[in-house]
Amino acid sequence: MAFEGLTQRLQNAFNGLKRKGKVSESDVRDAMREIRLALLEADVNFDVVKEFVKTVRERAVGTEVLNSLTPAQQIVKIVHDELVKVMGDAAVPLNKSPHIPTVIMMVGLQGAGKTTTAGKLAKRLVDQEKARPLMIAADIYRPAAVDQLVTIGQQLDVPVFEMGTDHDPVEIVKQGLAQAAENKNDYVIIDTAGRLEIDEQLMQELSNIKALAQPNEILLVVDSMTGQVATQVAEGFNQQLDITGVVLTKLDGDTRGGAALSIRTVTGKPIKFVGQGEKLDALDVFYPDRMADRILGMGDMMTLIEKA
Amino acid sequence: AKSRTGFTARLNKFLANFRSVDEDFFEDLEEMLIEADVGFDTAMTISNQLREEVKLKNAKTKKQVGQVIVEKMVDIYGEAGEQEDNTLHFAEAGEPTVYLFVGVNGAGKTTTIGKLAAKYHDEGKSVLLAAGDTFRAGAIEQLAEWARRTKTDIVTSKAGADPASVIFEAAKKAHAENYDILLVDTAGRLQNNVNLMNELAKIKRVIVRELPNAPQEVLLVLDASTGQNALNQAKQFSKTTDVTGLILTKLDGSSKGGIVIAIRNELHLPVKLVGLGEKTADLQLFDPAKYVYGLFKDLIED
Ligand SMILES: Nc1nc2c(ncn2[C@@H]2O[C@H](COP(=O)(O)OP(=O)(O)OP(=O)(O)O)[C@@H](O)[C@H]2O)c(=O)[nH]1
Ligand SMILES: Nc1nc2c(ncn2[C@@H]2O[C@H](COP(=O)(O)OP(=O)(O)OP(=O)(O)O)[C@@H](O)[C@H]2O)c(=O)[nH]1
Ligand SMILES: [Mg+2]
Ligand SMILES: [Mg+2]
Repeated sequence: MAFEGLTQRLQNAFNGLKRKGKVSESDVRDAMREIRLALLEADVNFDVVKEFVKTVRERAVGTEVLNSLTPAQQIVKIVHDELVKVMGDAAVPLNKSPHIPTVIMMVGLQGAGKTTTAGKLAKRLVDQEKARPLMIAADIYRPAAVDQLVTIGQQLDVPVFEMGTDHDPVEIVKQGLAQAAENKNDYVIIDTAGRLEIDEQLMQELSNIKALAQPNEILLVVDSMTGQVATQVAEGFNQQLDITGVVLTKLDGDTRGGAALSIRTVTGKPIKFVGQGEKLDALDVFYPDRMADRILGMGDMMTLIEKA
Repeated sequence: AKSRTGFTARLNKFLANFRSVDEDFFEDLEEMLIEADVGFDTAMTISNQLREEVKLKNAKTKKQVGQVIVEKMVDIYGEAGEQEDNTLHFAEAGEPTVYLFVGVNGAGKTTTIGKLAAKYHDEGKSVLLAAGDTFRAGAIEQLAEWARRTKTDIVTSKAGADPASVIFEAAKKAHAENYDILLVDTAGRLQNNVNLMNELAKIKRVIVRELPNAPQEVLLVLDASTGQNALNQAKQFSKTTDVTGLILTKLDGSSKGGIVIAIRNELHLPVKLVGLGEKTADLQLFDPAKYVYGLFKDLIED
């Protein structure tokens, strides 16, 4: 079956409704079903969908909609507004330490995009603030992870602190921070190895790095193609590390990116950046309303509102 | 928060409270399937089939229902896979066997090549790796490290070189020096990136030009934690390179990888291998019965 965005779904559901002009209990039920399906197809987590639809229904059965002459239009607007509300109203900037260095730590599952995003952030800071960041290579597990970060550092002309793969990551971070202090780097970006949120030993390693480095920002890097498991992963990292923000990667693909809603709902932490490509300049700030449109397949949302 | 075994644990809970096969039960079943990422349509289809079957078999007790569900699930999986072949294919004697690895960024292509290289090397075969990802920082070094660890040979180029030409060199070398196996790594690419998909088609043509019967397998590597987008991945990569099988990685994580059921139903692409970790030993042949059994494990062991 081809993917249908909410626009089309609601149009179908409301075809009969428009003729009748008055909303019945069962019309509302049909509309909610369409919303539920659209969100599930976008990979929003099942529990998150349930809760979200409940909120929308509560608002929809309020007099404002039922007495309206254009209930379809109203419901679409409610869904969109609620989505934007849940995902945060405005872009949230990076946390900054009152004294140098500001320490940023990248965490997440294997292959999510941590190392690449570390490079993108470094570039952004250099370009926008003429910052002098230092990146620390604390992934000693993945083959050539250090080479990867060193290469990125060379491409950007940003220094990378590394001690190869024979030292404990906590020790590497400690010495890296000492070097940053010596060189008066204003930002430190720590790249850590990918790990599963259920891997107790490696999660403990992150806790130890956090305790030592006292990061101002712990960014959970999540692949935007992630499915239902997004809530579990985000909760796992958040409970153990109290993350401060999220980066959603690979949004240059054709995924709906429902994971954004799931993660935001279960952690309450802001999505700060989105990755839009492999190149080091492909990092954007997060716009909740664009994300809402994308999740719902509603590039043409304004068209529907005008038509409804 | 749900535990890792949430799916089966919760299925057990329903069955513990189970009195008659009522609608609530099947709604919960649908929910569990959706949470395994099989997708909404597939979840509905499966649960409808199970509903029929439970009625048909007149299952009344918890245990009976459990049995029926598992049997039917294995059936459904088996039916969809009737014309499928989930074995890995090899070239005729005297020719190298070539496997081309494709997939989106970070799925686990390079790591899986490392694991397979170890396996074939241990079986006494001569293995050559082709470092066809010349784009991503550190990609060549990553594969080179796997070659070192697995004591296999590798063909590399400078970073930024044309991937098709490295792969051509590797195919030529595999042919001339009688390697048993050539494993070809490619850069990760998103399926909607037309230029990069064209590059992949070209890579395949280059292999065929040197070795007309190759590649024996085009393996699409899928991250088990991927949601519905994996279906698009399977469609687009198949269109470009005639994928012959799937490799489902990171099944050691919290995700059930249910998306392969949807892919199977729609595209009839068999899963050939599964990845269960980052070490060489963490690679297994895919066993459909075992996979379904895994979804419902607690139920039948009870
Ligand atoms: N298309 C696209 N690819 C991305 C993006 N971000 C990262 N990647 C790619 O995703 C793959 C994995 O990225 P890495 O930065 O190595 O991921 P990681 O989280 O550091 O991986 P591990 O260290 O192995 O856990 C690479 O091929 C990157 O080029 C993005 O926004 N878009
Ligand atoms: N837990 C787990 N991690 C895996 C598995 N397979 C691969 N990984 C990890 O996933 C990350 C990405 O793996 P790669 O092999 O680099 O993936 P890739 O598809 O080659 O990535 P690109 O070349 O950047 O597109 C690495 O950290 C691997 O160690 C698996 O089965 N389980
Ligand atoms: Mg990394
Ligand atoms: Mg790779």
